[in-house]
Amino acid sequence: MLAFVLRRLFQAALVMLAVGFIAFGLFTYVGDPVNNLLGQDATAEQRRQVAADLGLDRPFPMQYARFLSRAVRGEFGVSYRLGVPVADLLAERLPATLELSCSAMALALLAGVPLGVYAGLHRRGRLARFLMAGSLLGISLPTFLIGILLIFLFSVRLGWFPSFGRGEVVRLGFWSTGLLTQSGLRSLVLPAVTLALFQTTLIGRLVRAQMLEVLRTDYIRFARARGLPDRVVHFRHALRNTLVPVVTVVGLQLGGIVAFAIITETVFQWPGLGLLFLQAVQFVDVPVMSAYLVLVALLFVSINLAVDLLYLAVDPRLRAGASLADRVA
Amino acid sequence: MRGSARARRLASLGAFSIAAGAAVLLALPAGAEAPRTFRYASQGDALDLDPHGANEGQTNGIRQEIYEGLVWRSADLALHPALAESWTRLAPTTWRFHLRKNVRFHDGTPFTADDVVFSFRRANHKASDMKTYVALVKDVVRVDDHTVDFLTDGPDPVLLQKLPYHFVMSRRWAEQNGALEPPDKFTKEAPTARRANGTGPFRLVERVPDTRIVLESSPGWWGAAAGKLDVARAEYRPIANAATRVAALLSGEVDLVYPVPPQDLARIRAAPGFRVLEGPEVRTIYLGFDHFRDELLDMPGSGKNPFKDPRVRRAVYQAVDVKAIHDKVMRGSSLVTALLVAPAVQGYDPKLEARLPYDPEAAKKLLAEAGWPQGFAVTMDCPNDRYVNDEAICQAVVPMLARIGLKVSLNAQTKSKFFDKVRSHQTSFFLGGWASTTFDAHYTLSNLLVEQPPGPSWNFGRYSTPRMEALTRDIAVEMDQARRQQLVSEALQLARDDVAYVPLHDQTVAWAARQGVQVPLAPDNIPRLRQVRMAR
Repeated sequence: MLAFVLRRLFQAALVMLAVGFIAFGLFTYVGDPVNNLLGQDATAEQRRQVAADLGLDRPFPMQYARFLSRAVRGEFGVSYRLGVPVADLLAERLPATLELSCSAMALALLAGVPLGVYAGLHRRGRLARFLMAGSLLGISLPTFLIGILLIFLFSVRLGWFPSFGRGEVVRLGFWSTGLLTQSGLRSLVLPAVTLALFQTTLIGRLVRAQMLEVLRTDYIRFARARGLPDRVVHFRHALRNTLVPVVTVVGLQLGGIVAFAIITETVFQWPGLGLLFLQAVQFVDVPVMSAYLVLVALLFVSINLAVDLLYLAVDPRLRAGASLADRVA
Repeated sequence: MRGSARARRLASLGAFSIAAGAAVLLALPAGAEAPRTFRYASQGDALDLDPHGANEGQTNGIRQEIYEGLVWRSADLALHPALAESWTRLAPTTWRFHLRKNVRFHDGTPFTADDVVFSFRRANHKASDMKTYVALVKDVVRVDDHTVDFLTDGPDPVLLQKLPYHFVMSRRWAEQNGALEPPDKFTKEAPTARRANGTGPFRLVERVPDTRIVLESSPGWWGAAAGKLDVARAEYRPIANAATRVAALLSGEVDLVYPVPPQDLARIRAAPGFRVLEGPEVRTIYLGFDHFRDELLDMPGSGKNPFKDPRVRRAVYQAVDVKAIHDKVMRGSSLVTALLVAPAVQGYDPKLEARLPYDPEAAKKLLAEAGWPQGFAVTMDCPNDRYVNDEAICQAVVPMLARIGLKVSLNAQTKSKFFDKVRSHQTSFFLGGWASTTFDAHYTLSNLLVEQPPGPSWNFGRYSTPRMEALTRDIAVEMDQARRQQLVSEALQLARDDVAYVPLHDQTVAWAARQGVQVPLAPDNIPRLRQVRMAR
């Protein structure tokens, strides 16, 4: 047991190192931040000076070593673009992204599970077929388009919700929340729906497929044979058993939308991590980009580790062998 | 203290709205506005609020509301006295400024000559990006509390043009806040990243990076007594996505958005209650050549650089149909030009505004005369996120040049990569853009047409002729305006006749505003809050 945990931790550390190296290596292809920092009026001398201040004139391995040695101490430097320490920036933006992602996931679950159950139970019904066809649309429409459509319908035409930003936020210690103000809640609606749409269809289709499978199993037949009412068969026996894989997928998807809500955040000018990252790429804000990628890697590694450990606790067969999460992922 | 009271109020509001549910949420209006609050949005946040930090357009635009220079430039680019009430030239290299009296910084500190001297030293510090505006100033000397002398390194006819962005900050405030030097922005957060203390019409209330900058009118501002301020509170909101920015205007969440992409102009014009403001910018877009190498980068082993022959450059000029670019690519939102300076730039000469005709046949003949009847292959470097429709312009140029036999392969990339390449002269043929930040032609000449300027250089293709070098040197120090105009005209004509570049067009600026908000359009794409008037 201990050996298993240690092995996983060691692997996690290796993954983090590799991500750091690849990410950092990529930055050399994004361009030269000095041009963005100094603009058209800078002299060659000023440009050299700034490059030297930033350590950009040193060879790549040295830059990477410096980055690593500072990163393990939690120092990620100061954003080139905003002049604010990166650690502060990430701490400021993380609540915005987490609130958006969790709301979107909650919406997706609230809509997706009933949708999937209904479609699974009435799979030949007209409405179920219509819903499944409609869900294809949800999967295939690009997020950008959905966001803009929602803005034009609900902000410009109807004036119900703000088209951008996070509204008023309330500070609770280090956490800034938009959930306690009216404008914050109104601002949350459109981006959360945009982000939730894909997840809803994904969860709906997954639940439907699982329901169909479970409804064919022997214990459901026996349950029916025992004369149990449909409600009990469907919701106590069938639905519960479909939820195990759903929970796994939701966990991994949550990591995904926290890390990659980039498009949604950009469309709605949502001041979260995704917007921060996109603007950092455009500006070649290396400190922000590298810290962000390390954070995302950490997030995924932690989720995977937690899932592994959970399976280990649940399934005794795994204690000797490989993890299920590898297969699921 | 203020914040926590507000937080409590908002928290109770929030609890109420959760309880009341979505129906109430929808029924409430979009938030009651404080009177005369002006909300405006553009694409990026200010990079900092230090008067001598990053030299960038939007950043300078916000700064000039909070901080003032000795002079101020209004939306029509005219200069007005600001912290200096008047000035005289004592000698070709000495300017005396008489400072405005009874001016106070936002924290109440009186403004004196010491602050001007201090600000000059600070702007000249090695960490400052704003050195360029006082590049030719050797020293600033205090004469008395309300008089200073600017001593220049040789005569500087455009000193005043550069002073609007030479901002004055309080020496005492800088001492108290550990901001005696401009920010070393790479190690820690500067004290001036979210705080500011100027003499300007607006004082900083709050800056939340990437979210908002809130300004409030300063009741003690010297111009306020004369009724020069209409806006009581201003909120700047960066909105990166252009479609969202336009939506924010149309939904009434902001009063002004800029820039507006050409494809959205018609829709805003059609919407009731909004109007589009459109006018020329000072930025000229042009094609440039490698004038320097004996062997073009694209022709290794040939020992040839066709662009050294003026006939080849002229052929490129006459093969490009600028009218088509204006109509199709820019959708009419550009001004075709023959010159490298825009009409609003000092030194512009309308007599030179005649382009060589579009004539592919003549171009082919010129190429043949130059010894390239079959044409040649060349790479074109182009940014794809710097100028309006930059990549689309390049894509239009490629087939135009193919008609005269030039096989152009387009290398369009993001501005960071593009500038990396062209600023180190690793280019044969490129698309560029230039705006004179002093609004004077000399700045354009020294950046685009001479090889070893004293200041910055934007001369990617290393164009240089002895006559141009001499002219530019003379223009730099010629104090007689009539004589100076002659020299500038000669230089502009020389660049035109020699086809040093192929000027395509001047960009236009497009803003969109709610009806009832009067805001003068500015060619430098910066709204002046003190010129905004709001209907009651």
